[in-house]
This record gives sequence, structure tokens and C-alpha cells, in this order.
Amino acid sequence: MNDMTPTREQREAALEGMGCRRKRVEDIRFTQGKGNYVDDVKLPGMLHGDFVRSPHAHARVKAIHTEEALKVPGVLAVITAETLKTVNLAWMPTLAGDVQMVLADGKVLFQNQEVAFVVATDRYAADDGVSKVVVEYEPLPVLVDPFKAMDPDAPVLREDLAGKTVGAHGPRKHHNHIFEWSVGDKELTDAAFKKAEVTIKEMISYHRTHPSPLETCQCVCAFDKIKGELTIWGTFQAPHVIRTVVSLIAKIPEQKIHVIAPDIGGGFGNKVGAYPGYICAAVASIVTGKPVKWVEDRIENLTATAFARDYHMTTEIAATKDGKVTGLRVHVLADHGGFDACADPSKWPAGFFNIVTGSYDFPVAHLSVDGVYTNKAPGGVAYRCSFRVTEAAYCIERAMDILAQKLGMDPAELRLKNFVKPEQFPYHSALGWEYDSGDYHTAMRKMMEAVDYAGLRKEQAEKRAAFKRGETREIMGIGVSFFTEIVGAGPSKNCDILGIAMFDSCEIRLHPTGAGIARMGTKSQGQGHETTWAQIIASEIGIPADNIMVEEGNTDTAPYGLGTYGSRSTPVAGAAIAMAARKIKAKAQMIAAYKLEVHEDDLEWDIDGFRVKGLPEKVMSMKDICWAAYNSVPPGMEPGLEAVSYYDPPNMTYPFGAYLCVMDIDVDTGVYKVRRFYALDDCGTRINPMIIEGQIHGGLTEAFAIAMGQEIRYDSEGNVVTGSFMDFFMPTAVETPHWETDFTVTPSPHHPIGAKGVGESPNVGGVPAFSNAVNDAFAFLGATHIQMPHDYWRNWQAAKNLGVVA
Amino acid sequence: MIPGPFDYHRPASVGDAVKLLADLGDEARPLAGGHSLLPMMKLRLATPAHLIDLHGIAGLKGICRDGDRIVIGAMTTQAELLASAEIGERLPILHETALLIADPQVRYRGTLGGNVANGDPGNDMPALMLALDASYRLEGPNGAREVAAREFYQGAYFTALEPGEILTGISIPVPPAGHGYAYEKLKRKVGDYATAAAGVVLTMAGGKVASCVITLTNLHETPLLATDAANAVIGTTLDDAALKAAASAARAIMQPASDARGPAEYRIHVGGIMVMRALQRAASRAS
Amino acid sequence: MPKTHITMKVNGSEVEGLAEPRTLLVHFLREQAQLTGTHIGCETSHCGACTIDIDGMSVKSCTMLAVQANGAEITTIEGMANADGTLSPLQEGFRMMHGLQCGFCTPGMIIRAHRLLKENPSPTEAEIRAGISGNICRCTGYQNIVKAIQYAAAKINGVEFQEAAE
Repeated sequence: MNDMTPTREQREAALEGMGCRRKRVEDIRFTQGKGNYVDDVKLPGMLHGDFVRSPHAHARVKAIHTEEALKVPGVLAVITAETLKTVNLAWMPTLAGDVQMVLADGKVLFQNQEVAFVVATDRYAADDGVSKVVVEYEPLPVLVDPFKAMDPDAPVLREDLAGKTVGAHGPRKHHNHIFEWSVGDKELTDAAFKKAEVTIKEMISYHRTHPSPLETCQCVCAFDKIKGELTIWGTFQAPHVIRTVVSLIAKIPEQKIHVIAPDIGGGFGNKVGAYPGYICAAVASIVTGKPVKWVEDRIENLTATAFARDYHMTTEIAATKDGKVTGLRVHVLADHGGFDACADPSKWPAGFFNIVTGSYDFPVAHLSVDGVYTNKAPGGVAYRCSFRVTEAAYCIERAMDILAQKLGMDPAELRLKNFVKPEQFPYHSALGWEYDSGDYHTAMRKMMEAVDYAGLRKEQAEKRAAFKRGETREIMGIGVSFFTEIVGAGPSKNCDILGIAMFDSCEIRLHPTGAGIARMGTKSQGQGHETTWAQIIASEIGIPADNIMVEEGNTDTAPYGLGTYGSRSTPVAGAAIAMAARKIKAKAQMIAAYKLEVHEDDLEWDIDGFRVKGLPEKVMSMKDICWAAYNSVPPGMEPGLEAVSYYDPPNMTYPFGAYLCVMDIDVDTGVYKVRRFYALDDCGTRINPMIIEGQIHGGLTEAFAIAMGQEIRYDSEGNVVTGSFMDFFMPTAVETPHWETDFTVTPSPHHPIGAKGVGESPNVGGVPAFSNAVNDAFAFLGATHIQMPHDYWRNWQAAKNLGVVA
Repeated sequence: MIPGPFDYHRPASVGDAVKLLADLGDEARPLAGGHSLLPMMKLRLATPAHLIDLHGIAGLKGICRDGDRIVIGAMTTQAELLASAEIGERLPILHETALLIADPQVRYRGTLGGNVANGDPGNDMPALMLALDASYRLEGPNGAREVAAREFYQGAYFTALEPGEILTGISIPVPPAGHGYAYEKLKRKVGDYATAAAGVVLTMAGGKVASCVITLTNLHETPLLATDAANAVIGTTLDDAALKAAASAARAIMQPASDARGPAEYRIHVGGIMVMRALQRAASRAS
Repeated sequence: MPKTHITMKVNGSEVEGLAEPRTLLVHFLREQAQLTGTHIGCETSHCGACTIDIDGMSVKSCTMLAVQANGAEITTIEGMANADGTLSPLQEGFRMMHGLQCGFCTPGMIIRAHRLLKENPSPTEAEIRAGISGNICRCTGYQNIVKAIQYAAAKINGVEFQEAAE
């Protein structure tokens, strides 16, 4: 070898494969303002649409007067439900099996509901038109409190469902009832509670909030009358699903619909569903024959397109006196707003909430969920979590703390005592999941050591004593959270959306010069897929990541996929990428064997090519194999080097983590300060640690916001009182704490590269850590459970209720 | 969120601006930094037919010393206040407060005149102007007049400005050297209005409070001058009892709304705490 | 509505166009000047995605009228790269420190950080956090944005960047 021959380490490094902190490909354009987001799409003759929205939460629509609006210069059309009825689109199906008004049909069910769609030559004229549409309303009694939804005299919200005693998920008990979903063994669970030595019961609410990505929901629809084709650029986390849904409801053949999700400015679940804006823009384009753009403003975003959570979870744990859990019983009241537009796999009306047994070995458990209608915006979406998993994690992590308090045990010790043990994996939970892998004790102990948990508790004891002596007005809380997520939806045996199995896909084409393009059914909204997907391919087939272009979001070119949400991209598409790469590698091996004149079995893989076993100098690099694939393949073999994989995962993945939050609260003002936040995550194999850390920072920040104040709040008349960034808590760099990250690695045994997904873990684990810290701070004063969000005034109110402020 | 249509005017002098306002009447609004008015116009909660942009009037900017007073042009921005050594030295409470207003970008545009003139009870500078006993120069069709800040605020968005008048300058008596000051603002996050805020300007002599003014922000329809609260500490060493008496007297005049920042009860409670903390911090700065 | 002819210097080039009095500067830049790097996130001047640099000030262009920028000198994200087309220290810092994810807040963040560093070439972490507090990021949790700005400051000042331990 001469000096120029790269070492193995250099060859490995040149690939920038898995495990490498590869800098992001996307950043070159984003840092120069050259991203291409939906609102950047500008087409000749493009029109703009804007909504007239209801000021009332519940009202009959008596009349809509459009005459004055149509006189506004530039206004071309005002679309109402009556217009949409002519094309049978006044209502649309939701992902949850319900139907939703596209435009108010006879009544409105929530404030800011879409009533009419004004189409004009530009966004200024459209807004002028909106201001001139006059709608006559007759206000109706408003239902805001979900606990009153099933009162006998509760107002009837959904008149369209009159007489329907069965919904998409079984019987309906009341005119405002949507579904009841139950799982687990009720009899055994009830029996466990009967003989329990210790029980706790608490109604744990997870308030309504909103994902609120910085870019709102938007689209451009362009209908070509000659070809009969509809092209939609949109903020879509799942572009193929949008194509299929549009085809089904608009009756346009699917091959004539082209959906393009360009760069997306964050999604967090907000951009999974189909919204009236998309339908109206499409109809407007069909009617006018011109492209129509719809761009939501922030107030519309917060008040109309989706919400998250609004789960009210009555939780009971049975346990022995020495702290071994023996049963879990949970009833959830789920507030879905005016329409059930929950974005869950179709058979799962409460998502995967049955992960609520968490990281603990509950011998028996029972869960039931009742969904109800209220006069609020429809949803709910999974805001940076797999379907209802963050609600479940919050529920169990709060309940375990409440149990620890009742038992007088340390919450970390109680968790260690009840964890599923490493040797129990694969573990079958009492509510029906098969946890693929985990090592909870190691993660928990690593966290406790890293933060000096014992030292913190000692400091806390001293501070509590000082508080009681009147020497300080500050209380210290230590929030422990140990979460198990369920992500990677999902196996076709239990996951589909409108009948489409939740597989994902990858197509890789290698070019003669040793470069290639790879396309997936997923769609990055900031996760950095263009960077990380190429890293998987680089490690699998030895082509430098820089030579692989990753493309997502164009339904004409990408293989069908179910999109990016629920931390499913790495578990599902990540596996498809590895499998497609392995198909290529298998063919490459045949080509190499032919060229090196040996038998395939005599070859072994070596970083970036094949070498003959025992003859390390006899090698063929992937670069050379690529050329050969287009030049001299073995007789009988088709030329080319490409592969497609559709991956149906055998199981979900179960990332987990141990988080700790230390918080100080001034009881006189309720002002808190997060002193320390430590997050240990186990997401299995780590593809790009830099991106993982970034995801965790971001998810923790969202968790911080949600736990400490981010709320979609309604007054008793159904008016949203937190409908802009003034009142909807969106922390800046000043409020946001400093984050410490750490990890363990327990690869998924069933995933081709052992990866589990990470984007949502910090939100799932973070919220209980913050909330437990607040609750822990107040616990010594006699509090058992203080509801979120923990904003200043509520902390003060808690202190007041406990009698420590006058 | 697009403003309704309007005509735009950019007068070069106060006289021209006043004439435009007089000619155009109720349909016209003066435009300063725009960070209150333009969002209201985008929501179409304000739909003036004419905007009179004051940015073209060079004379409305600047900070100058006039004897024992500092005179600040109405169009002087918060960022310019922060950049002024004169303000930092003579009126340091303005620096402390300006840094608590909105965020850096808004402070480049937001003006002192706009902040004090529009009568928004959430604005921070009016309470300071009460504390410092500033006066405002109002120019209108009938000439110019000076109105004490303490006489200016009449209700939420209601002020002593007569139709056709523009607030053109703020004149602030320089507090005595060695005065103590503090502006305590509790807010949920950067960019928010005060949940409760208190401003204090005081002097100390022989370990006791010699003079004291306390003012309150966003705890009533208007900024408040908490005279009883101030009287409760004058002559004291700011001992615990005096602080509590001041907080209690201040709370007695607060009437905040319940909103997303918290119920009125909470805002009154923390309003008292802001008073106590401002007093303590101001005293610690006095010499 | 009658339109006014306005001109401004944007990223060193003269830009002219017709604007209604109510045309927001951000719309003029995005739609008439075709500079779509400046984004719109909240429209109530809270999020800072629309931040531009105008006459030496960081301004939220959703809360300024285009006519008010007549004659002004403006820098947008499209004007931030080095003259030879390479990434400027701030752009490089954001990439090297993973200071962005979805990229939507990034133009506003970089433009704001640009003015911050002009006014305070060696800011502390607290000064950086306060300095970018008019810009909301939903993805990064700000920690890596702070590092990105520290990286850029070090590079501009010609000193070696020391990344703080996490």
C-alpha cells in the first residue's frame, strides 16, 4: 500500500454513515433563505382564498349574504356549503370515521368554524371580501365542559347524527357521545382492587393544547381542466394519504392527482389531517379554472385546525403495602370538540393510550375511554407524540408519584421496584402490547447517578425544613419521569388509515458513477431526513452519504408511504431503507463475484465494497460495482442497480427514557425556575447523534411549554381566550431552560438496524417530569395532585389552597 | 390578517400633521411605531381611513437636556432610549423599563410617544411617567399645551388628547442625584404585558425614606399613582410592616381584569408583591 | 386602492415597485421583490420569522408598511452569504451547531443575530438569549441556536470557538 491508500478508518469516515454527526444537507438552502415552502409557490394567475369564520361557538346559521363581498374589487366568488353541496363536498370524512362540515351547513359548532370561502385575485382583496360577508346567526346554548356533555339536558350538538345509536367505533350512549373503547380484563382488575392493600385514585387532566408549528397550514391547488388533473402543494405530513383521501371524496381518479409537500416549516401533528381549507381551495380551483392558494393565519391555526390532548383520566392503582403494583384501572373522558377529527390509525379511537401501563409490570389492568362532542375545535391530533401516548405517559407517571407519596416511598425507588425486568422482554403488557426490548433499571440508575439523585433529595429535605422554619419562601421540586413509548405505526395486523396498511417505503436507484437517488413515503418537517436517510444507505451499501440524494414529498415520484408522524419514520421507513439497500447489496454481490471471477459466497463485505475472503487485496468497490451494473452484468441478469422496499413492521418499537427536572417555585408569586433538566433517552441504534440531541432539545422545549402554560382555553361561552401568540404560551430563548442529554442503547431486536425513533420521546417523557417537579415541590405541604398547566397563577393558587400564602 | 384600505400621509412637520388631523377628523389616526395600531388594523379592529405617519417629522426625535428637565421627542424609540448615555445616567429607570418592553425588534420601532399616548393600560412607560411626574406636550389646531402625565389618563384608551391633537414630546424632571428607582414587572414571557408591575422612585435620608412615589401598571384601566402606598413608607426604614402597609394600600386601588395572566385576585396579590420588591430594590440603589 | 411607487435598496440592489398604502413590507419583499426567504409565522409581531435588517435595525416586517420603507436600505436572509457565495459565519454556525431544523424561523434568527453581533460582538449566553427573544423557534429549543451565534461570534472575532459542555 502506498501512502495515498485510505485507511479503513478513513474509508469509514468518508461514508458519513450511521453514528456520525453528519451536518445537515438541508441547511445549505435553509440558511440562505432558499427553502421552498408552500407560501413560496407562486403560479401564473393564482388566486387567494380566505375564510369567513363564526364568532359563535354554537349557533344556527340563518342566512349568508354575499352580495356586498362580491362587489369588492378583485373578489371573484364566495363559496358556501350550498355551493359545496352541488359537488357533494359540504361534508368530508375524518380520519376517525366521523364526518366534518367543510363549510357551515345550517349551524356552527365551534368558534372560528369555517362558514364561507372568499376567492379573490390576491390575499388583500380576499380579506376585504371576508369583511363584507354578512352572516345571520341564532346563538344556541354552548357546551364547553366535557363532563357535562352527557348530561340528559345537554344541548344537542350534532343534529346530523340524530337517531344514530352506533358510530364508527360501536354504540353511542348519548346524543353527544362518540364512542366507548375498552381494553383489558375488567373482572380480574376489579378483583385486584378488592384485595389491594393500598389504592390511589385521582382524576388527572391533560389540558387542551395545540402543536402550532411556526409555518401554519397552507396549500396551493391547481386544477387543469383540459387534463382533468389536480395538483396540490401543501403542508402535508402524509402526502400520499392526502392524495387517496382527495381522490375518494372528490371522485378524481388517483393518477390525476399530484400531491407535492415541499419544505415544511414544522408539523408536530398539526399537518396530518385534512382541513376545510384544502377542500375549499381545490373546489375553488375547479370552479375558477385557476390555481388557488390558501394560507392560514396564526389565529386560525390555533383556533380551528386541530388541537391536541383534552384527556381527563380518572386513574386508580392497586398495590401492596411495600409498593408492588397489582392493578391499574383508568377511565378517560376524551373531549373531541365538534367533530371527531382525531388523527389515529382507524381502528384506534383512543390511539395507543393502552400503553398506559407504562414501564411497569402490572399483572392486570383495565382501560375504558369515552369520547364526547363539545363546542370546541375538532381534533385531536398527536402533538409530537405517537397517538395518545403522551397522555398515557403523563397519566401513569403522575399516578406512580401519587402512589409513592401515599406509600411514603421515594418515587424513583417505587419505579425501580416495579419496572419490567430486562429478562421479561419481549414483554406482554396487561393491555395487549408486546414490548420488544428494554433495560429500564440501567437507564434509571444511570440517570440517578448523573444527577446525584440522593444529594438532590437531601438538599430538598433541608430546603423544606427551612421553608417550615420561615427562612425561605421558595420550595424545591424534583420531577422524576420514566417513560416507555410505543411508536412506529405500524404493523398491518393492527394499524391502517382508512383501510391502507401503515407500511412505509423506499426506492433507491444507483447511478453508474457511484451516486444515487433515494425516495421515501415519509416527509420531513424538520427532522433532517435528507441527511439521515442517506446515512443509513451509506452504512448499508458503502456509497458516501454525500452521493445519495434523498427526495420526499412528491406523490408522483415517491413510493406510497403513510408519512411522518408518531415517530414512525425511523421505525418504518428507516427499516424500508435498510431493506431496499440490502436488496441492492445482494445484487451488487453477484456483480462483484462475476467481475472478480469468484463465487458469491467467497466474498465478504468490507466498508464500501466486497473483497475476496482471504485475499484482502482482491476487492471491488461499490463505486466500481455501480459502473459495472450499467456495463457488464453477469449473463442473464438485468442491468441497473435499484430496489424498492415496502416494509410492514412485525411490531412497534418501544423507546424509553429516564428524565429528571429540578425546579424552584416562589410560593408568593408562583414563579418557577427550572434549575436543571436531565434527559436520558434510549432510542436503540443512533443514526445521527447530533440530530437526536436536536430532536430532544426541541421536544423538551415543547414539553416545557405544555406543562407550564401552553393551553387552548375556552371561556364559558366557548370563546378561545388563548388564540394568539400573545396568550398562547410559546417560550422564547429567555424562558427556555438549558437541556442536558444522555443515552443508553438497547437496539430493537426486530428492526433491521435496531433503531426505535426518538422525535417524540422528549415530549412524552418531558411533560410528566415538569409536572411531577411542580407536584413534588408542593407535596410536603399536603398536595397530592395539582392539574396542569402549571403557570404562575395556578402555582400561586396551589400555594394558597395549601394555606402557605395569605 | 390584512389591514383594511386607507390613505397614507407622511407630513414633514408637526404643523402639517396637525392640519391633516384637523382636516381628516375622526377617520384619521397618527402612526408612530405601529406595534399597537398595525396589529389592530390587521385584525380589522381598527379601520382608520387615513394614517398619518409621524416618521417624516425630524423634530419629533431626540433627547435633550433643558435645565433640570430632560425632554424626549415623541418619536424617540425604545432602542434610542437604551442607547442614550444621558438617559442611563439621569433617568436609569427608563433603561430598566425599556428592556422589559416587548422584544429587541419591537424596541427598534416602538416609540416612547406611542407607548405613553395610546392609553393602553398594559403599556409600561405611562406608570413611569406618573412616577417621574413627567408632562406631555400636546399640539393641536389650537396650539400647544402641556399636560401632566398624572392628569393624562382617563380610562382604557381614553386620554386627555383632544381630537386633532398629537403628543409631540415628553418632559421629565431629572430626579435628584442619589435617588433610588426600580421597575418590577411580572410577566409570563418576553413580549407579554405585565401581569402586574410597579415603579418606584424614592430618596433616602438617614436610613429612612425621605420621598417616595409608587405607580402601577396594568392593574386598572389606567396606570395608577399609589399615593397612600407611598405615604405608608415615607419616614420609615422600609421595615417589614411598612412594606406590607404599602402593598396593602396599593392593593386597595387595584382593579385588574381576570385574563389569561390570571384571575384578578392573583394579579392584585402579585401587584402588592411587585410594590414591595420595587421598594426594596429602589432603596438598595439610593444613596 | 391607488398605488404608490416605492424604491428601496435590498441586499445591495435597487428594488422598485407599486404598493398600496396598506401593503405590508413582508408581502412587498416576498411577492414583489421575489425574496421569499423572509417568512410569516404569527402576524402579530411576536414570532420574528419576518425579521429583516432595515437601516441598521432588526425589524419585524409584518408590522411595517412597505411605503414606510421607501428609500430604505434593507438586508434579508438572501443578502447574508459572503460575497463569494460561501456561507457567512452565522450561516455556517447555524449549520455546524445544528441551530435549525425545519428552517422556517432560521432567516429571521440569522438576520436578528447579525444585528446583535454588530452591536455586541462578544455577547454572553444571557445576552444572546435576550437578543433573540423576539424570535420564536418551535424546533430547536434554542440551545443550539445560542451555540451557533457563539460560533459565529468567535469566527468573526478570529478566536477559536469553545463549545460549552452539555
